[in-house]
Amino acid sequence: MQDTFNTVAEIISSTGDVPVDDIKPESHVMKDLGVDSLAFLDIAFEIDQKFNIKLPIDDWMQTVNDGKAKSEEFFLVGNLCRNIDQLVAHAAVA
Amino acid sequence: MRLEYFQMLDRVDAIDFEHKQIRAVSTVPEASTVFEGHFPGHPIMPGVLLLETMAQASGYLLLAMDDFSRMPYFAGCKQANFRSFVEPNDTMQIEASCIHLGSGYGVIKAAIRKDGNIVCDAELKFRQLPFATPALKDYVTSQGLRLGLIKSTIAGA
Repeated sequence: MQDTFNTVAEIISSTGDVPVDDIKPESHVMKDLGVDSLAFLDIAFEIDQKFNIKLPIDDWMQTVNDGKAKSEEFFLVGNLCRNIDQLVAHAAVA
Repeated sequence: MRLEYFQMLDRVDAIDFEHKQIRAVSTVPEASTVFEGHFPGHPIMPGVLLLETMAQASGYLLLAMDDFSRMPYFAGCKQANFRSFVEPNDTMQIEASCIHLGSGYGVIKAAIRKDGNIVCDAELKFRQLPFATPALKDYVTSQGLRLGLIKSTIAGA
């Protein structure tokens, strides 16, 4: 989890132009770090490639838009890292 | 190529679903109002229109891979290089390869060749969204037919 956080923080910092020290597990990628949807595409691309996964952004956005979950569930950095770890574990099993 | 209608491609020559690649061809018209300003006495294709040409080939690749179910919107560009001039009557070979298909987005490497030599290349990013209107889907589908892409898609299915 800590390794994932460090990697994701580095990606958000370099791709989203956010000081790495500002990135905490409780930071919301959009609301707190100011990453817009276009910049998040770049971040998703880097995460997909780095972890060899496919972040299900469309599903997450649909879930939030349908009111079935709050965006914090997917876009708090800590939760994002937890989801990445699950996707990596799932990919390793598959 | 119909510059004033933003129809940058003449036809699709090949599409390879296994390797996620497309190859298209287009010939620059001899005359266009674009060349009256770019530039008087020295007509050359503007770099932004070469970028648009690569974007259209890339977009049709994503459309074909997605069975024309979502619209790819040009969302970003990295490392665009314009290496030499493209002039009226030049024939361009446009190549595009999908290097990553994410959830709702795709990343493409594209290039344009003239006489076998690369004249420009770039990495392009697209957001894939539902068609905004049925009319837009009809138009894009009609362009797929014009380019021979839909027939190719069915034949390659």
